[in-house]
Amino acid sequence: MSLLSLVLWIPVAGAAVLLAAPRGEVRTIRIVALVTTVADFLASVWAAGAFDFAHAGTLQLAEQVRWIPSLGVTYHLAVDGLSLPLVLLTTLLTVLCVIYSWRVDLRPKEYMILFLLLETGMLGVFLALDFFLFYVFWEVSLIPMYFIIGIWGGPRRVYAAIKFFLYTLVGSLAMLLGILIVYFHSSPRTFDMVALFQQKPLAGDLHLAILAFWGFFLGFAIKVPMFPFHTWLPDAHVEAPTAGSVLLAAILLKLGTYGFVRIVLPLLPAAFHALAGMVAVLAVIAAVYGALVAMAQTDLKKLIAYSSVNHMGYVMLGVAAAAAAEGQPALRNAAAIALNGATMQMLAHGVITGALFFLVGVLYDYRAHTRGVNDFGGLWERLPVYTGLTMLAMLASLGLPGLMGFVAEFSIFLGAYQIYPALTVVALVGVVITVAFFLWTIYRVFWGPLNPRWAGLPDLDGREAWTLAPLVALMIAVGVYPAPVVDAINAAMLGILNLVR
Amino acid sequence: MTGVDLRPLLPEITIGLLALGLLVLDLVVTPEDRRLVGWTAIAGLIIALFPSAVLIGGTRYLAVFNTYAIDPFAGFFKIVAIVSAILVIAAAMEFFRDHPTAHEGDIYVMIVFMVLGLAAMAAAADLIVLFLAIEWVSLISYVLAGSLKADRKSSEAGVKYFFYGAAASAVMLYGFTYLYGAAGTTNIYLLASRLATAQPGFLTVAVVLILAGFGFKISAVPFHQWTPDVYEGAPTPIVAFLSVASKAAGFAALVRMLYVALPADAWVGIVAALAVLSMTVGNLLALSQTNIKRMLAYSAIAHAGYMLIGVVAVSAAPGVLGSGLSALLFYLMAYVFTNVGAFTVAIAVSRASGSDAIAGYAGLGQRAPFAAVAMAAFMLALTGIPPTALFWGKVFLFGAAIQTRFLWLAVVGILNSVVSLYYYVGVIRAMWQMSPGETSAAGDAAPAVAGPPAGEPVAGPIETPLLRGVLAVTAAGALLPGFFPDALIRLAQAASLLLKP
Repeated sequence: MSLLSLVLWIPVAGAAVLLAAPRGEVRTIRIVALVTTVADFLASVWAAGAFDFAHAGTLQLAEQVRWIPSLGVTYHLAVDGLSLPLVLLTTLLTVLCVIYSWRVDLRPKEYMILFLLLETGMLGVFLALDFFLFYVFWEVSLIPMYFIIGIWGGPRRVYAAIKFFLYTLVGSLAMLLGILIVYFHSSPRTFDMVALFQQKPLAGDLHLAILAFWGFFLGFAIKVPMFPFHTWLPDAHVEAPTAGSVLLAAILLKLGTYGFVRIVLPLLPAAFHALAGMVAVLAVIAAVYGALVAMAQTDLKKLIAYSSVNHMGYVMLGVAAAAAAEGQPALRNAAAIALNGATMQMLAHGVITGALFFLVGVLYDYRAHTRGVNDFGGLWERLPVYTGLTMLAMLASLGLPGLMGFVAEFSIFLGAYQIYPALTVVALVGVVITVAFFLWTIYRVFWGPLNPRWAGLPDLDGREAWTLAPLVALMIAVGVYPAPVVDAINAAMLGILNLVR
Repeated sequence: MTGVDLRPLLPEITIGLLALGLLVLDLVVTPEDRRLVGWTAIAGLIIALFPSAVLIGGTRYLAVFNTYAIDPFAGFFKIVAIVSAILVIAAAMEFFRDHPTAHEGDIYVMIVFMVLGLAAMAAAADLIVLFLAIEWVSLISYVLAGSLKADRKSSEAGVKYFFYGAAASAVMLYGFTYLYGAAGTTNIYLLASRLATAQPGFLTVAVVLILAGFGFKISAVPFHQWTPDVYEGAPTPIVAFLSVASKAAGFAALVRMLYVALPADAWVGIVAALAVLSMTVGNLLALSQTNIKRMLAYSAIAHAGYMLIGVVAVSAAPGVLGSGLSALLFYLMAYVFTNVGAFTVAIAVSRASGSDAIAGYAGLGQRAPFAAVAMAAFMLALTGIPPTALFWGKVFLFGAAIQTRFLWLAVVGILNSVVSLYYYVGVIRAMWQMSPGETSAAGDAAPAVAGPPAGEPVAGPIETPLLRGVLAVTAAGALLPGFFPDALIRLAQAASLLLKP
C-alpha cells in the first residue's frame, strides 16, 4: 500500500481496533485513538517528506487503481501544493482533538470511532481525484459529524444536528446532479477529475455549464458556508462539542472552498467567469454581514462561528476574483495573488479558528460552564497563560501583521483589488469591524475588574497547553516566515490557473 | 412448438414441488417443530436459485405455447422473489417466537407458493397468464396479510387489502379487454405490432386502466391507499415480503407490458406523473408518521416513485450509467436487502417494546448495538447516502433520467431524497439521542453533559442468533455493493436483456 492510502486508511484501521475494544477500558480506548491519530499525522508528514516541493504545482504521489471497472470509476489519489497543506492540517488537528477530548466520559468508544471515521472522510475529500471517490468521501464525512453534534452536543443538539445534515445533503445531491451532467457530456466518458479538467466537457455549451455550475455551487457554497446558506453554521458550531466545533470550522468548511478551487475553477471556468460577480457579491455580503453579526453576539462560540462566516467570505472573494480574471492575461498575476491568499486563508482560518474553539472549550467545558462574553472580565489576573494565548489567536484572526492571518488576508485584498476594486473596499469594512469586535471581546473578557465568580479558576493545564501549543507555534511561524507555505501554494495555484486558461 | 420443453421451467417446477412437499411436511411435524418447515423451505429455495441463475446468461425465447417468456430478465426476478422469500422466512421464524399461531407452518408454505406466482408474473408473455399470475399472488397476499386471526388489525388489513386488490384487478382486466379488442390477441409479443396502428387516445385509456392494476401492486400514488393500513396491520414479515417481492414482480410485469406491448409515447408521460406523485406524496406523508410500519409504508410508496424513474427512462443508447432498466434492476435488488433488513429490526424492536412506535427505538443504540447500527445503515441507505447499494441505485436512476432528457425528474427525485432524510434520521435519532421514556424529540430539553440513563431491561435479549444472522445477511446485501458495486452492476446489465418481439 502506498503512502497516501496509508494516510487515508490508518484512521479506519484504528476505528476497527476500537470497535473490538471493551467498552469499559476507557484508557485503552483513548490511547488507541491517540496512537492512531499520531501515526496518521506522522504518515502525512512522511508523505510531505516524499513530496517534491519544487514541483508543487503537479499532482504527486499518485495512486490509481480500478475500483468500478464497468463505470470507469477509479481509486485515484494524489496531492499537490493545494491539498497537501490541508491534509497536514487535518491530521494535526485530529491529533489535537483527541488530546483535548481525553476527558470526554460519555460513550468514549463511539466518540473516538466517529472522530477517526470523520478523519478518513475529510482526508478522502482532499486526496480523491475521481469524482465518485470524492463524492463518497464528501458524504461519508457528514455522518460522523451528525452523530458528534447529535450525541455529544449542547442543549439544542438534536435540532442543530439534523439542520446540519439536511442543509449539507441538499448541497451534496445538487453536486451529484452536476457531476452526472458533466459525466454524460464527457467523451470518452470518465469520472476522473484530471481527465475532465483537460476535456472540459461543457466548454462548448455555456447554458449547460451554468446549470452544472449551480449544482456544484450549491454543494460547495452550503459547506463554505456562503451567505445566504450560512444559517446552519451558528447552530452546528454552537451545539457541537468543542472538538467537533474545531473540526467543523477548521476542516469541514474548507471542503467547500477546496471544492471551488480544485473543481469548479478548472472544470467550469466559463460558467464561473460568467457568475463570478454574483459569487463575489455574496462573498462580500458574508464578510461584512458576518462581522456585524459577530459583533452583536454575547456567546463566545457564536461570535467565533460568525467570524468564520466573515473569514470564509474573504476566501470566496479571492476565488471569485480569480474566476473573473479568466481570459484576461493582464490580470493573471492578480488572479494568482488572490487565489494564493484564498488558499492561505483556508489554512490560516483552520489553524486560528481551530485554536479559538479549543480556547472557548477550555473555558466553557471544564471551568466556567458559561460562554457569555459579558459574564467574564479581568480573567488575565487569574489565567495569564490562557489570556495570552487567546489574545494571540484573536489578534491573528483579525489579521495582525506578523501572524498567519495577515499574510492570507493581505494577498486576497491585494489580488482582488485589481479585479473588483469597489467590492474589495467594501470587504475591507469587514476587516475593520472584525478588528473592532475582537478587541472589544478581549476587553470584555480579559480586562476590567475581575468578576469574583471566577476567582478560583485555574489556568491552562498541561493537556490543554499541549493541545494549543502546535497551533500557536504555526500562527507565529507562518506569520513571520510564510515563504515555504506560500511557495508551495503558489505553484499549485499557477497549475490550476493553467488549467483554467 | 409441438411439446413443452420443461427444462427452462426448472425454477418453477422446483418451487412447486417444494411447496407441495412442505404442505405434507407441515401435516406430519408436531406443532413444536413448525420451524422445521421454515428451514426446509429455506433449503429448498436455495436450491431453486441455481436453475434461476442459469437463466441470466441464457437465450431469450417464448415457451409453453408462446405464453411464457424465458429470458435473463425473468430469471433475475425469479432470483429476487426467491431471495426475498428466504430472508423473509428467516425473519418470520423470529417473528413467530412471540406471536404463536397454529398456522405458522401454513404461512411458510404459502410464502413458497407465492414465490411461484411471482416467478410467473415476471415471465408471463400472455395477458391471460399474466392476469392469473397476478391473481394467484394477490389471493395469497390477502390470506397472509390477515393470517393473525386473533389480531383485529391483521384481519382488517386482510379485508382491506382484498377489497382494494379486487377493485384494482377488475380495472386492470378491463384495460386488458381494450387491448384484446384492438389487437385480437392476448399475446403480449403480438400486441406490439398490432397496436402500432391503434389510436393514441384509445391506447391512453387502456394504459391508464392497466396502470391501476400495476400501480396497486407496486403501491404507486394514486393507487396506494391500502399501503399504510395493510403495512400497519399485517404481520411484519408478511409486510416485508409484500414490500419487496410483490413490488418487484409488479415492476417486472409492468416493464414487460410497457416495453414490449405498448408504444412509449402512450405511457411515458403518465408514468412520469405517477413517479412524481409517488415520490412526493409518499415522502411528505412519511414525515409525520410515528409508527415504524406506517413510516416504512410511505417510504415504500416513495421508493416506488424513484423506481418508476427507471421505467420512464427508456434508454435509446443503453450505457452502463444511463440505462433505466438496469438502474431499476440494480435498485430493486438493493432495496430487497435494505427493506427486509429494516423490517427485521422492526420485528425485534416490536418484541422488546411491545409496539411498533418509533419512540420504542429510544436507547436501542445501548440496548442492542448491532441491531441499531444495522438499522442506521438501512435508514441511511434508504435515504441514498453512500457508501450503500441504494446510493448507487439512486445514482443510476437519476443518471438514466438525465441521459434520457428527464433532468427535471432527477431534480424532483433529489429534492425528495432530501425530504426523506428527515424521517429516516428520526429513527436514528430515537436510537441514539433519546433515552427510553422520552416520547418525542424532547432531547432539545435534555441537559448537555448528562448521558441518557441506561435502558429499561427488556424481557429476553433483543438480538437472538437468528436475528443477528438475518441482519448480517441483509446488511451485507445493503452495504457491500456500496463499496464494490461492480458485480451487481454486471448482474443488472445482463438481466436487463428483455425478450423483445
